Amino acid sequence: MENKQDEVIREVTQNEYKYGFHSDIETDTIPKGLNEDVIRLISAKKEEPEWLLEFRLKAYAQWKKMSMPHWAHLEIPEIDYQDIIYYAAPKQKIGPDSLDDVDPELRATFDKLGIPLDEQKHLTGMAVDAVMDSVSVKTTFSETLAELGIIFCSFSEAVNNHPDLVRQYLGSVVPYTDNYFATLNSAVFSDGSFCYIPKGVRCPMELSTYFRINAANTGQFERTLLVADDESYVSYLEGCTAPMRDENQLHAAVVEIVALEKAQVKYSTVQNWYPGDRNGKGGIFNFVTKRGICKGNDSKISWTQVETGSAITWKYPSCILKGHNSIGEFYSVAITNNHQQADTGTKMMHIGRNTRSTIISKGISAGRGQNSYRGLVRILKTAVNARNFSQCDSLLLGDKCGAHTFPYIETDNSTAIVEHEATTSKISEDQIFYCNQRGIDTEKAVGLIVNGYAREVLNKLPMEFAVEAQKLLQISLEGSVG
Amino acid sequence: MLSIKDLRVAIGGKEILFGINLEVKAGEVHAIMGPNGSGKSTLALALAGRDLIDVIHGSVKYMGENLLEMDPEERAKKGIFLGFQYPVEIPGVSMVNFMKTAVNEQRIYQGKEPLSAGDFLKYMREKKELVEFDSQLTNRSVNEGFSGGEKKKNEIFQMALLEPKLAILDETDSGLDIDALKIVAKGVNAMKNKDKATIVITHYQRLLDYIVPDQVHVLFQGRIVKSSGRELALELEEKGYDWIKAEANGHTP
Repeated sequence: MENKQDEVIREVTQNEYKYGFHSDIETDTIPKGLNEDVIRLISAKKEEPEWLLEFRLKAYAQWKKMSMPHWAHLEIPEIDYQDIIYYAAPKQKIGPDSLDDVDPELRATFDKLGIPLDEQKHLTGMAVDAVMDSVSVKTTFSETLAELGIIFCSFSEAVNNHPDLVRQYLGSVVPYTDNYFATLNSAVFSDGSFCYIPKGVRCPMELSTYFRINAANTGQFERTLLVADDESYVSYLEGCTAPMRDENQLHAAVVEIVALEKAQVKYSTVQNWYPGDRNGKGGIFNFVTKRGICKGNDSKISWTQVETGSAITWKYPSCILKGHNSIGEFYSVAITNNHQQADTGTKMMHIGRNTRSTIISKGISAGRGQNSYRGLVRILKTAVNARNFSQCDSLLLGDKCGAHTFPYIETDNSTAIVEHEATTSKISEDQIFYCNQRGIDTEKAVGLIVNGYAREVLNKLPMEFAVEAQKLLQISLEGSVG
Repeated sequence: MLSIKDLRVAIGGKEILFGINLEVKAGEVHAIMGPNGSGKSTLALALAGRDLIDVIHGSVKYMGENLLEMDPEERAKKGIFLGFQYPVEIPGVSMVNFMKTAVNEQRIYQGKEPLSAGDFLKYMREKKELVEFDSQLTNRSVNEGFSGGEKKKNEIFQMALLEPKLAILDETDSGLDIDALKIVAKGVNAMKNKDKATIVITHYQRLLDYIVPDQVHVLFQGRIVKSSGRELALELEEKGYDWIKAEANGHTP
C-alpha cells in the first residue's frame, strides 16, 4: 500500500498545471527596478491626473520607510524589489472600442483560459474585465450594465471617466500607509477593475475580473475598487492564473469594498496562480490586501475564497463593521500541496451596534504544504451586542504537512458573544477503504471526502464557480493521501 | 461462486486465520458464527481486500477468478459487498452523492451508461422503500450522526442499491432491536435469488430466525471447527460456545 500511495502521489505531482502556458504577445515593458522615475513613468503611461501621481509618490515615500512583515508563519525568500519589472502591457490600444480591436492572440489566450471576451459566447450572463499583466484588455457588457447606471470598467478608465468617485474612495478602506505590500501596491499599481452600483440597483449579472500574468520577471499589482451604494447588491468574482516559470513572481494586489446603507456585496475568489513545481521551484508570491467596510447600517459584505494556487499566500480579506446591524462573512478553503505555504484568514472589526460576523475556514494540507489560519475578531467598545462565530477546521493529508491556527480575539464590550471552534482531522484509512469497498477508487474517494469537507464554503460560491472550484480541489489534491 | 482454500492470513505479523476452507455456491446463504476474537471479521475484511490483512497462504477464487489479486474497488465492482461491522462516518459527503458515485462506478465498469441525477434519485427512492430506510437519512452525510441501528440499516440500503452478487454481512445484526433486525432480514431476503449468495457473520442465532441459512459454520481460533445445517445455530444458542471450544481443544464435553 505504501508503494501504491507513493506511486499515486508521484503521478499527481507530475500533473501539469493546466494554465501554465505562455502566450507570445508583444509586450511593452519598462526597465527593471523601482524608483520615483519609474512611478512617474507608470503614471505617465497611463496618462493619469496629478492627484493620482501624488498618491503614488506619497505611498512610495512611505514604503521606503517600511520593511517586510515577518510575523506570518511563512518562509519567504529574500525578494529583490529592484529586480522586478513594474509595468508590462500587451501592445495594443488601451481600452479597445470593440472586440475587433483586441489582439487576436490575446483573445485566443483568454479563450484558452475559458474566459471568452466575446459577449456572444457568454451564456451565463457574466460580465468580465480581463486583465493581463499591468493592463485591462477588455471589459464585456459595459454598455448593458451602463443602462442600469452600473459602472464596470478597468481602473484606468475609471480614473479618466469617473475621477470623482475614484478619488473619493481610493485608499478609504486600505490607506496607502496600511502595510508593506498594500503601500507598494499604492505606489506602483497598474490596472484592475472598478465597479460602482448605484442606489437601489441589484446588479443583474455576476461581475468578474480575470487576472492573468503573462510577462516574465514582472510583478502584478492590480487594484480593485468596488462601491455599492444604498440598497444595492452585487456579486463579484475573481479568478487568476499564471504561466509556469522557474523564478518566483510577485503579485501584490489591493481590493477595497465600500458598502453603503443596506448594500450587499458578495466577493468570491478562486485563486489558481501557478503554485510552483513539486520541488517548490517557482510559483507566485500572492501577497494581497483585501478589505471591505460596511459603512452604512444594515449592510453586508461576504468574502468567499478558494485558494489553491501560489507558492506563498499571505492574505486576510477583512470587514470593518461600522454600520449598525452590519454583517461580515468570511468563507475560505485554502489548499497547500507540495511545498506551498499559506497564511490566510480574516479580520472582523466590530464597531457598530448589533454587528455580526461569521468565519468559516477550511484548511487542507498535503505533501509538505504548510497551512495557517490567522484571524482577528475585534469588538470595540461601541459595538454593543456584537456577535461572532468562528470555525476553523484543518484537514491533513499525509504526515509531512502542517496545519496551524492563530485566532486572536479582542473584546472591549462585555455584551459581545464570541464563539470559536476548531478541529483538526485526517482522512482515515478506514474512510478510504469504506469508499473502496463501494467501488470508488482512492483518487475519487479523496476527492469526495475533500469536497465534502469544503462543501460548506463551496456552497457559498456562485454556481458556475462552485463546479470549477470542485474540480480544482480534486486536481490540486488528487492522490495526496499518505 | 466463492471457493476459499487453506486461507491463512496475518495482521501485523500475527497469524489470525490458520487455513480456512469454504465453498459458497450461488443461491446459498452461509452463516459464520463463533465467539469474539475467533477471526470472523478478519475473514470478511480479507475477502473485501483490506490492505492491513496479509494473505500468507492459500487461494480464494471468486466466479472463477483469483480474488486475491484484485484491488478492493475491483472486487466491489465485480459484485462483492461488505456490510461493515463498524461503518465509518464521512462528514460532508452526502449519502446521495456517495451512493451515486458508487453506483455509477459500478455501471461504468459494467459498460453501462452512468445514471443521471434524476434517474439516480428515482432508483434510490425505490430501494428506500424496499429496505424501509428512513428518507431523512439520505439527506445527511454518510453515517454522520447516525445511531448504531441507522448505520446498520444504511449498510443494507447500500447493499440494495449496489445489488451485489456476494454479500458479506459482518455482524449487521448486533446492536439492533427486534424491529430493526426484521428490516435488515427483510432486505437480505428481498435480494435473495439463485444467482446471489450471502455470508452472514453473526453472534446470535436470532438473526437466523429471519434469514434461513443453508449452512452454519463455527469459526474458532482462526479455524472453521464445525459446519452443519441450520440446526447447529440452534444448538449454539442453547449450549453456548463452550462445548465447541472444548471439542476444538481435543476435550470431550
